[in-house]
Amino acid sequence: MSVATTAQYCTFTLDGLFFGVDVLKVQEVIRYQEMTRIPGAPPVVSGLINLRGQLVTAVDLRHRLELQPRPKDQLPMNVVVRTEEGATSLLVDEIGDVIELDDATHERPPETIDAVTREVVRGVHKLDGRLLLVLDIEKLIASSGTGAAKMDA
Amino acid sequence: MQPRGLDDQRVSSSGGLTVHEPSTQRRSDGIALSYEVYMSEMDEVLKEFLVESYENMDRLDRDLVALEDRPEDRETLASIFRTIHTIKGTCGFLGFGKLEKVTHVGENLLARLRDGSLKVDGEITTALLSLVDAVRSMLTHLESHGDEGERDDSRLVQELVRLNDGTNKAKVTAATAVAAAPKPAIAARAEVHADTPKAPVSPPTAAATAVAEPAAETAEVHAAAHAAAHAEVHDTGHGRADADDLHHQDHHGHDGGTKKHEAAAAAPAPAPKSQDKPAEKGSDESKVSDSNVRVDVGLLDKLMNLVGELVLARNQILQHGAVAEDAAFLATSQRLNLITTELQEGVMKTRMQPIGTIWGKFPRVVRDLALMCGKQVRVEMEGKNTELDRTIIEAIKDPLTHIVRNSVDHGIEPAQERVQNGKPAEGRLLLRAYHEGGQVIIEIADDGGGIRLDKVKAKAVEKGLITAEHAGRMSERETLNLIFLPGFSTAAKVTNVSGRGVGMDVVRTNIEKIGGAVDLSSRAGEGTTLRIKIPLTLAIIPALVVSCDGDRFAIPQVSLLELVRLESDVARTGIESIRGTPVYRLRGNLLPLVYLNRVLGLQPREQDHVNIVVLQADGRPFGLVVDAINDTEEIVVKPLGKLLKGLPCYAGATIMGDGKVALILDVMGIAQAGRVGGEGRDRQSSSDKDSKATSGNKQTLLLVQVGESRRIAVPLDLVARLEEFSSAKVELASGLPVVQYREQILPLVDLPEMFAGSPSLGGEERMLQVIVYNSPQGGVGFVVDRILDIVEEDLAVKRKANTHGLLGSAVIQSKVTDLLDVTTLVSGLLTETGIQS
Repeated sequence: MSVATTAQYCTFTLDGLFFGVDVLKVQEVIRYQEMTRIPGAPPVVSGLINLRGQLVTAVDLRHRLELQPRPKDQLPMNVVVRTEEGATSLLVDEIGDVIELDDATHERPPETIDAVTREVVRGVHKLDGRLLLVLDIEKLIASSGTGAAKMDA
Repeated sequence: MQPRGLDDQRVSSSGGLTVHEPSTQRRSDGIALSYEVYMSEMDEVLKEFLVESYENMDRLDRDLVALEDRPEDRETLASIFRTIHTIKGTCGFLGFGKLEKVTHVGENLLARLRDGSLKVDGEITTALLSLVDAVRSMLTHLESHGDEGERDDSRLVQELVRLNDGTNKAKVTAATAVAAAPKPAIAARAEVHADTPKAPVSPPTAAATAVAEPAAETAEVHAAAHAAAHAEVHDTGHGRADADDLHHQDHHGHDGGTKKHEAAAAAPAPAPKSQDKPAEKGSDESKVSDSNVRVDVGLLDKLMNLVGELVLARNQILQHGAVAEDAAFLATSQRLNLITTELQEGVMKTRMQPIGTIWGKFPRVVRDLALMCGKQVRVEMEGKNTELDRTIIEAIKDPLTHIVRNSVDHGIEPAQERVQNGKPAEGRLLLRAYHEGGQVIIEIADDGGGIRLDKVKAKAVEKGLITAEHAGRMSERETLNLIFLPGFSTAAKVTNVSGRGVGMDVVRTNIEKIGGAVDLSSRAGEGTTLRIKIPLTLAIIPALVVSCDGDRFAIPQVSLLELVRLESDVARTGIESIRGTPVYRLRGNLLPLVYLNRVLGLQPREQDHVNIVVLQADGRPFGLVVDAINDTEEIVVKPLGKLLKGLPCYAGATIMGDGKVALILDVMGIAQAGRVGGEGRDRQSSSDKDSKATSGNKQTLLLVQVGESRRIAVPLDLVARLEEFSSAKVELASGLPVVQYREQILPLVDLPEMFAGSPSLGGEERMLQVIVYNSPQGGVGFVVDRILDIVEEDLAVKRKANTHGLLGSAVIQSKVTDLLDVTTLVSGLLTETGIQS
């Protein structure tokens, strides 16, 4: 057996589910920031954040993954990721540890999961007592803008 | 789960990133490594060479065209020679044989030009320009493929050789004479030249004789006298000119390197002596290049971003400082404030480039084009050093080139036609750039035939862009604007230059994209002027901040016309609607309204007043209704991410003083979303006309009283201002009363005298009520006794007038009122007085 390659993941939770993104893609993690809403923007876009002079588009991951809306009293955290389209912030419920995992626990997502999840989840890591869903950031961002981008005139 | 390391608001993952990069695998082999280093160094050298050469090529274009105009300008010739020589040398060093060969032939030809054995003419210039093109295309190939490409330049080489040999026979004697010249003669001459500047009082002839004696060879005497005279007359850079002369004659005399070095050694000596002379061009140039540093544009952009962040940090510190009662901290933060502002300005400046960088190409473009069209065109430039942000320079490069080509192709007539029309054979193309009100104005003016309005109309009708009936009603301005319609081109025949009908509309779109505006004016037979207004920079623009449903939005001020606020009653009744489309009567004209909250899907706010921001989109005004108008501010424009690119209503976003983000509205997008502008520009302007025609009877009128009881109405849209003058200020010009008004002479019409027989001018001093009317020919003031009211009336002329200066009478406010025939009065008066403003 070849040497297992390892990767580090920045983890977070969304509506009880456990997710991870490649830590190399993560620019930083910040607390809730005030956002400027963008009327007419696709519904997954929550708004714009001023990150030390840099404009960052905030994407509501709950909405993107078609989960239940976040309770009003709960403020999301920002996972700022670097993408080809510039910095984008993923709004998540809670931040977890950065964990290092190797291929041994990895598995492709089962065919039976719902379409949205299958589109953006690259794989599943089987951890003790729970599953880590690894998100494909590029796909996540690329497909967010399409769809509801029309303005109501 | 408690997030890790969030005390400082972020988990820095960057620390861990580099460790995992597999960077150590490749460099195991020492030889491979050094080869790699060598290659990368070569790449560096090559890159430098390319960058430098591209610049040199551009300069060559300019210099060659300039040289054609002034063939005797040795400074330019020397500069061209040096440039070609440098490229040749570097190519030899880097092993680009083809480039070296071509440049070598060119250098030979230039050498002949420089020693005067050949004269610069059109043919030679063309050959040299095509040499420049050949080199440029090889450089491009070099950049993309790493080699010079498969170009066959033998024809060009032959042409250059032919030109070089062509006049050779005539000059054979001179050449042999030089070849025969004894060594001491040349050496002596070098000394004499070194001496001449030291005694600038000695007349050229004296210097020539001094040279002549030791030389004792006619050909030499002539050349030397010429060179010496040149040195005397021009007083600039003659050290080098002389050196070049010597260098060259050595070259021809096959005298080897020693003389060259002597000459070179002799030449620098006089240079310092002549430094007190004005216009020390040569050395100035070298100083400029010494004090310049090439900087990567990416680095500048990064610096700009960092400064932006610094500005925000500064703002926060200043806010903090205002609360803290620490004097030292306060002083420091204030200094930080000043330094940051200066730094910001400085970094902004580094991104500025003079417009000359793009204009530099035009003489060449114009020359080639003029040759092709068989025209003579001279390019003049004013304000070459006007600076613009480099992103804007980039954006206007193509539109400007297109306009310039258009001017030469369509604007300026062939020489013969010009002479027939009593103009100089050579056409003039004037490029002018200057600052005005925080914007940069670029004018491209030609003195050509101008735009024939009837032709434009005919063409537009033929292309189906407008109807013939509509064409008949169009104003001059509207007609000129037809040129900007997509698919319009008046060129009788499609040339390869322009006339493909994809021109001016693209020009206008591109200019408007960067927040600029294009304006065209033309006089038949006298020429056409195109005025482009562009912002200084795209990065920072003045904007009006408005709010709607609690959010702030920025509107670029270039689109802003005026602000209107409707209070109480008017707010409820002033806004009418035409089948659901809200409109407001702004000074008698219908202004379509767009509600920002409806366009953006925001909540409407109940309030007892209405704020209308009158904006201009696509040349048409519309009113944007917002909740509140806050302030004007300079904002830093930041582009939106790709996720939001598809939204037509936003042009970007900005960060406000309090650190919050505000969206910048795209006026065109808003207009289209509100269905005000957009589809069918033409149809709209015609329907606009129609609506004016049908509702045209309803006019806003200014009612005035003349004499005891006579009422006169003046259409308000013709009135510029209402003024008061003391009658003591009235003077006479050609026997007619005038006043000085805004540095102009304003002729006065005494309406009471004209219509009521009670002159208000003359007599004792009193205040005069004057209606100032601005016509295209100039201003006129109407003296009245009292301003009564402003009314909006359905105007029906009840009785035609037979009095001069009146249109007729109507019943307004249940009183008979005369209607003033302003147009007739004004034009009559202006021709009478001959006053031009």
